[in-house]
Parts: sequence; structure tokens; C-alpha cells
Amino acid sequence: MAVKTQPVTVNLGPQHPSTHGVFRMRVMFDGEEIVDVEPVFGYLHRGSEKLAEERTYTQIVTLTDRMDYVSSMLNNQAYILAVEKLAGIEPSPRGVWLRMIAGELQRIASHLVATGFLLQDLGALGTPLIYSMRERENILDLFEMLCGARITNSYLRPGGVFMDAPGEFWPALDRGLDDIVRSIDDLETYLSGNEIVFSRTKGTAVLPQELLINASITGPMLRASGVDWDLRHRAPYDYYDRISFERKLHTASDNYARYWVRVQEARESVNIIRQCIDQIEPGPVRPSFDDVPRLIRPPSGDAYAAIEGSKGELGFYLVSDGGIAPYRMHVRSSSLINLTLLRDMLIGGQFGDLFVTFGSVDLNMGEVDR
Amino acid sequence: MPEAFLDNSLWRNIYCVLAGDSSTCAARDYSSGFFPAGMEWLAFLVSAAIIIFLIVNAVLGGVIVLIWGERRLFGRFQSRTGPNRWGPFGTLTSVADAVKTMFKEDLVPAEADKILFNLAPVLIAAPALTVFAIIPWGVGTYVADLNIGVLFIMAITSLTTLSVLTAAWSSANRIAILSALRSVALLISYEIPMALALVGVIMLAGSMSLGDIIAAQGIPFIIVQPLAFFVFFIAAMAEMARAPFDLTEAESELAAGYLNDYASMKFGLFFLAEFMAEISTAAIVTTLFLSGWKGFDPIPSHFWFGAKLIFVLFVIIWFRMTLPRLRVDQVLKFAWKGLFELTMINIIVTAVLLAILPNPSTSELWIMAAINWPVAIISIWGVSKLLGTAPYSHPQPDPNAPSYPVGSESIPTDAVLGAEPSNAANQAPQAQQEGGN
Amino acid sequence: MTTPWSGSTLAKAIEAFAPGSVESSAGADVWVKPDSISTVCEGLKSRPEFKFDLLSSLTAVDYIDHFEVVYHLTSLPMNASAVLKAKVGRGRTEASVPSVVPIWRGADYQEREVWDLMGIRFEGHPNHKRIMLWEGYPGHPLRKDYVTYDQSITLSIPDDATEKLGGDE
Repeated sequence: MAVKTQPVTVNLGPQHPSTHGVFRMRVMFDGEEIVDVEPVFGYLHRGSEKLAEERTYTQIVTLTDRMDYVSSMLNNQAYILAVEKLAGIEPSPRGVWLRMIAGELQRIASHLVATGFLLQDLGALGTPLIYSMRERENILDLFEMLCGARITNSYLRPGGVFMDAPGEFWPALDRGLDDIVRSIDDLETYLSGNEIVFSRTKGTAVLPQELLINASITGPMLRASGVDWDLRHRAPYDYYDRISFERKLHTASDNYARYWVRVQEARESVNIIRQCIDQIEPGPVRPSFDDVPRLIRPPSGDAYAAIEGSKGELGFYLVSDGGIAPYRMHVRSSSLINLTLLRDMLIGGQFGDLFVTFGSVDLNMGEVDR
Repeated sequence: MPEAFLDNSLWRNIYCVLAGDSSTCAARDYSSGFFPAGMEWLAFLVSAAIIIFLIVNAVLGGVIVLIWGERRLFGRFQSRTGPNRWGPFGTLTSVADAVKTMFKEDLVPAEADKILFNLAPVLIAAPALTVFAIIPWGVGTYVADLNIGVLFIMAITSLTTLSVLTAAWSSANRIAILSALRSVALLISYEIPMALALVGVIMLAGSMSLGDIIAAQGIPFIIVQPLAFFVFFIAAMAEMARAPFDLTEAESELAAGYLNDYASMKFGLFFLAEFMAEISTAAIVTTLFLSGWKGFDPIPSHFWFGAKLIFVLFVIIWFRMTLPRLRVDQVLKFAWKGLFELTMINIIVTAVLLAILPNPSTSELWIMAAINWPVAIISIWGVSKLLGTAPYSHPQPDPNAPSYPVGSESIPTDAVLGAEPSNAANQAPQAQQEGGN
Repeated sequence: MTTPWSGSTLAKAIEAFAPGSVESSAGADVWVKPDSISTVCEGLKSRPEFKFDLLSSLTAVDYIDHFEVVYHLTSLPMNASAVLKAKVGRGRTEASVPSVVPIWRGADYQEREVWDLMGIRFEGHPNHKRIMLWEGYPGHPLRKDYVTYDQSITLSIPDDATEKLGGDE
């Protein structure tokens, strides 16, 4: 006999330990089953796109840092590519290699954070989170050597990066890569075969490929369903056409597959960085100020450039009116768009899986709300 | 004063110092007492109060040490230092925490049921303390040795859930109520395997009294009853709502569950009760399965008990640090489909063995252990196969999965930007007409 | 490498299945009449010669005398990209364009964002509400005529701006 129950609405967030920032969901649940979810955005909206209209092209780099603050190098890279496309700037080769290295390091850091917080959402009391944060810390140390900053790097400039890597960076990077591989091995031994991790994530929040593509979802979420779509491979920017790497795909498209794809991608990024180290050549890290002045005035027009960010396709759409500041800047935020299917993933699921599924999307509220 | 009390060193040492003139004490070499003759009832009352004071404070002190130890251990497990500022090795950190908690503002939600809201912390702390009444800390060191000791433990520890429900209901918080419902579900499910797991131990000892159970342990019952230990330990973790069964507090889902609206010392009492439950569970496991205070001779029994207790606590903390949380349906499934069967197997095997070897001696206990271990390993393996989740055969993805065509076709070459023959001549490829009016 | 469609070729191809829907084309861009956006997008998504199954980005730009809604489309099977644009709200009248959410669900939050920050209505959007700012926020900040640092906004958050929390209803 079924007991008659009444659905209950609960506000989760904006202050909640697992919303990865300030996200709010109005969740209606019946017993432990989720009946309805309404995401509420905007608690971290800072109007970055409006602010960009009053900054010069170089100053905007600092704004992009603060969008997805766990992968600021990649934000820099996407923005800089859009500026270079808009203004027709030919970047310096060494600068491009350096920003590729920085970007891939950032991707590893971001995937580690995603994995750590996913396990935190699964209820592990901090241990996996701190293990992955420890490795991220090493990467942030490398960033500190590169540009003096750890989180909000602002390392990239139109045409390259703002300073060359110091001599001690390269041996430190070598050691760091070995450490990263070892710690990913550790993390995998610890987690990938763990019965609880497995039983919690296998078969939860499964999304079919067509639906994912229809909802514009990109990045590890799409690759976890088996769609071989990686902009580094399909639309190579920078020097990714000179790099050979494996795209890691999983076909299950559930929470476990998303976790697994991230861990494998972090591993693959190490390979990419090793190839970058082999191919990097000496030279200036950015064009001289005669070629690329401090105040860039791109010709009138628009440009859209996208990179494979840590969360998916991260695109910047810039419109110039010939002035020193963009006429309009729009960010194609993968974090926001990847949330499109949140309701499909959650409704009908268990309340205990809510934040696991939410964490498996891997979003950053700084990028969702901008 | 009954004789049984005077066999208890805790009672005898206090009572006879106060009322030594009585004949029973004189028989045990106590010359004279503090109170005159005829005041034995006062001596009894005072010694009861002193014993309560001692036990309560020892437990609270133990909680303070446990919190410090747990945090230090967390730190080591997570490759960091843990608390190390206040006192040597941070030992005073939990003292400072306790003082801070006491001085915090005591908030009561406007919509809360004030009476129940204030009652709940008391309701949870009292049974958590009461359990300690029957735990034998060493030879003759216990408050009471009940002949229904095991039953008493089962009854008293279940009261925790009542207070959790009271706390959640009175604070008028939906998340808290969800947490309390989970707590009730956990209790109902895990009480049964927990009680059934103890049946094997009770059958072997032939008594429910903890003293008799310790006496019956010629070898620790963890060796004789591995299956019972396995089930009891897991069920006890679930009863305490410790990771991986911390569904009631589920920090990442329910924030703090039923504790959401509690502040100050009311929260502190819940916190204390949680750690007291941890200590009492470890003490019960030590008593029932690790032969309690038994050890070899030059080392006193209290030390043996303490060492085993600390070891069990370490294992509990180790579990907590390592494992993620199970989902509520999985937790319940595990109790009913896994642990319940295991206890049944254990009871049947133990019953058969006892029919063959009634009143087993130590060597006969070893024979039982030799039979029980293979049974335990095979049945646990079987249950894990039945209830476990089959892993994916990664890294190879499923070759039969539908593959979405990517880059399999291409657009006509004359449609590519910059390659069109007709327009290329009169139009610059990137020229934008509309930008920047 | 993702190949971009040339605007003029794409315009011709669109005209072939939806006559009279294209305004002009230049470079990689095709300007489509706002009324025919639904037809054009439906065709671009489902017709075998385009297969634009992924809506990369949807945004809008305020060009003072009109707004421009910009669609960046990607075709995974063809590994191709295209840019559609639609000029709406000429003379800063009520700007509106048909929603493409029935075609690409990925447009859901992006259209809500454009409505919130740029004030362009998307007819037929299933959940046409503001996304970043609260209901009742005065104006649309990304418009060029928006007054920044308007102190009256912070002083006059209306009572109905913040939804009531909780409630079983």
C-alpha cells in the first residue's frame, strides 16, 4: 500500500556548503525523490560584460580571471584569442607555447578541483578534496613562478604572455608533472574502484547524446557520452594542431563517466604539456609595442573565438567600433549553458544524488553569473 | 548494602570509606568510616553521587580528548597538521572550542516549538551518558552489571533517534525533518541486524550481562564470531550515523540536518552526544568482541580496556576519513538484503556449533573460530557479489554504444569562407558592414 | 579544423529552402529577417546539407538604432560553423524575435540572459523570465542607454523583487 505523501519545497542555497558558490535551487521533493527543481541564478552577477565596455582590451584580461576563478588561465586564453582574431594580431611563438602550457596546467587544476568537490559532494569528509587540492597547490606554485599570481593570474596579453618563464620554472614543471601523474594514479586507486563511489555514481543522471548536443552542452559532459568533440582537436587554436593527444571518451554518460573523463583528461594534459616543453623555442614572449601597442584599437567588426575550456566550449564574442574598449563583449559561458539540462538530470532522482549530479556538471558560479 | 555492590571496586572503595563501620565493609578490611553507624543510607547516596560525577566527567573529558584526537588524526590522514596552536600539540583546542560554544548566543527560531526545542538536547545527551553505566572499564570497575546488559544497550542507544526527531520537528525546518526521517529509517533498519548480530555472542556466553560475556571470552569473540563482529560494527556505525552512513547530518546535502537551527551549548550537547556515542560504541565493541578488560597480567585491566577502546576509535575515525557516503536507499538495501542475511547465517552456524559443543572451553572456541571464519568469508563475499555494483570495463568504452557522427562529412569546398569564387573578388573576407555604428 | 560557411553561399542556400528570409550577407555573416528566424533555424538544424545541431552561442548587441541578435552555429557531423544575425527593434521600438528554444534547448538560458541584460523579447520562450537580475529591476543594463551608477536602483528595490522564500504552494 502506498502511503499518501505531500511534496515539500525547500530552498537549497544560496548559502549551502555544496552549491559550489552561491547558487540557489528551489527543490520540491516527495520523500527522497525530487519532483521539481528550479535553479535561481544571479547571486554572483557582477556585470563583467558591462564593465568590459569601459576597459581597454588589456585591462579586460583581469576581468576574465574573475569569471571562472578556478581556471583563469583558460579564460585569459579564450579572451586573448578573440582579441587577436578581432585585431588581427600575430602572436609570438614562445608566448603561444607558454600560454598553452599554462592553459593545460590550469585544466589539470580545474579537473582536480572538480573531482575533489565531486567526492566531497559524495560525502567523503574532505580527504579526496584535500588530496586533489594538494596537487592543485603545486600547480598554483608554478603559476606563481610564471606570473606572480596564483588564482587571478592575468598572465596572458594580446600576442602572447606578459613575461617569460624564469629559469627555475622548467625543472619545477618537470617535477610537478611527475607529481601530478603520481597523484592522479593515487586518486584513481583510491576512487575509481571504490564500491561506494561506484554504486553512487553509476547510472545516475544519464543523458543521451542527442539531448546533450541539442542543449549546447560541451566539454567533459559531452565526451562522457561518447561524442568525440574536443575543440583542441576539431578546431585547433594556438598550436594544438602540432600536438597529438588522445581524446578520452566514455559512453555511459552518467555521473561516473563524467568523473572518469575528467581524471583521464587531466592525465592527457600532462602529455600535452610534455609535448609543448619539447617544442617550445626561444624568442620574445609577445610582439614588440610597435607591433601590438598597449592601447589596441581593432578595426570595426566582430569576432568570436572559442577554446576547449575545462568545462566546455568557452567563447568570447567581441564587437569593436574602432575604439580602445570593446563595444560589446559577450562570454559564451560553458558553466551556465551546461546547466541547461539540470532539471532533466535531477527530476525523478534521489535527493541524495542532487549535489552529486550538480557537482558532476562541474560549474563555477563566477562563470555562471559573471 | 547488597554484597554484589561491594564486589564492585568502584562502589566498595567509595562506600566503605564513608560507612566503614558496617560489618560488610569490615569484612573487607575497611576499619572505620567517615559517617557514624546508622548513616549507611547517606553513605550510599553520597557514593552514588560521587560515582555519577566521576563517570560523567570522565566521559566528558574523554570526549574532549577524542575531539582533539580525531581532529589530529584527520589532519594526518589529510596530509596536514591538524590543530596545533593551543597547548602542547593543540591539546587545548577542544577546551577552547567548548568555552567558545558556551559563550555563543543561544538562538531559538521564531517558529520553533520552544519546549521541545529546548528539551531535545537534553534528550539526546542523557541516554548517551546512561549507556556508560553498564560498561566495565576494568576489573570490578563499573557502575552496575545488569543481567540484561545487552538489552539495555540496545534500548538506550535507540533513544537517540527519538531526540533527533524531537529536535527536527521542534525546529520547524524542512531539511531537519528530512534528516530526522532518514535517522528513523536508519534506526529501524539497523537495529535489527545489530540485535541479531549480538544473538551469536549471547548464545556463546549464555548470558546478557556484560560481565558474564567478558568472562566467557576465553579468546576474544571477534575470532570466534567474525560475522557477528562485521555486522555489529557496521550496524553500530549506522546507528551512530557515522560515515559512510552519516545520512542524518549529510553535510554536503542537508548542511547539518537536524542540527541546522541549534546554536550555542544546545548544539554543543548534540555534539557531545555524538562523540559520547562514538566512545560508548567503541566501548561496547571492546567489551563484546575484544574481550573487554582482559589481557595478560602485569599490565592492569584498565589499561587493556583503554588500549582496545582507542584502537576501535581509531578504526571508526579511519572509516570516517576514507569512505564517501551511501545513498539512503542503498543504506537500507544493505541492511535488509545484506546484513540481515549475514546475521541469520551466523545464528544458524553458531546454534549448530553450540549443539555439538555445549559450554565451549577455550580450545573448543578455537574449533568454532576455525569453522566460523570460512563461513564468514564466503558469506560476505557472496553478499558483496549479490549487492555490489558491477564496474565498467574502462578504459575501453562500450563499442556497441551509439556513436554520434562528428566530422564525418564536410561542407562543399566552395562554401568555405574565403574560398567562394564569385564574391571573393569584390568583398574582403573579414569586412563587416554593420559593426560599430 | 572547423570550416566556416561563407556568408554569401549560406545566404543562397537558406534562400533555397526559405525564400525571402535573408536580408543580406557579408563575410561569414548572414542577416536573416527576424520573423523568419524560426524557419531558417529549423531548416539549418534538420536539413542534410547543414546539420547545425549545436547552437554554440546566442547573444545580442545594441547598435543604438537597432539591436542585433547573433547566433553562432556549429555542425558536429560536418565540423562547420556559421553566424546568423537578425536585426531587431529598429528605432529602439519594442524588440522581439522568435525563440529558438523549440529547436535548440541550449538557447534556453542564453535567451533569458539576452532578455534580462539587453531587453529583447523571445516570443515563444517557455520560461521567459529574467535570469541574472531580479524581476522588477529597472532597465536592461547592457543597453547603451542604460544609466550606470544610478543610485536610485539600490535605494528602490521593490518589495516584489525578491521572491518569497519557501512555501508549499
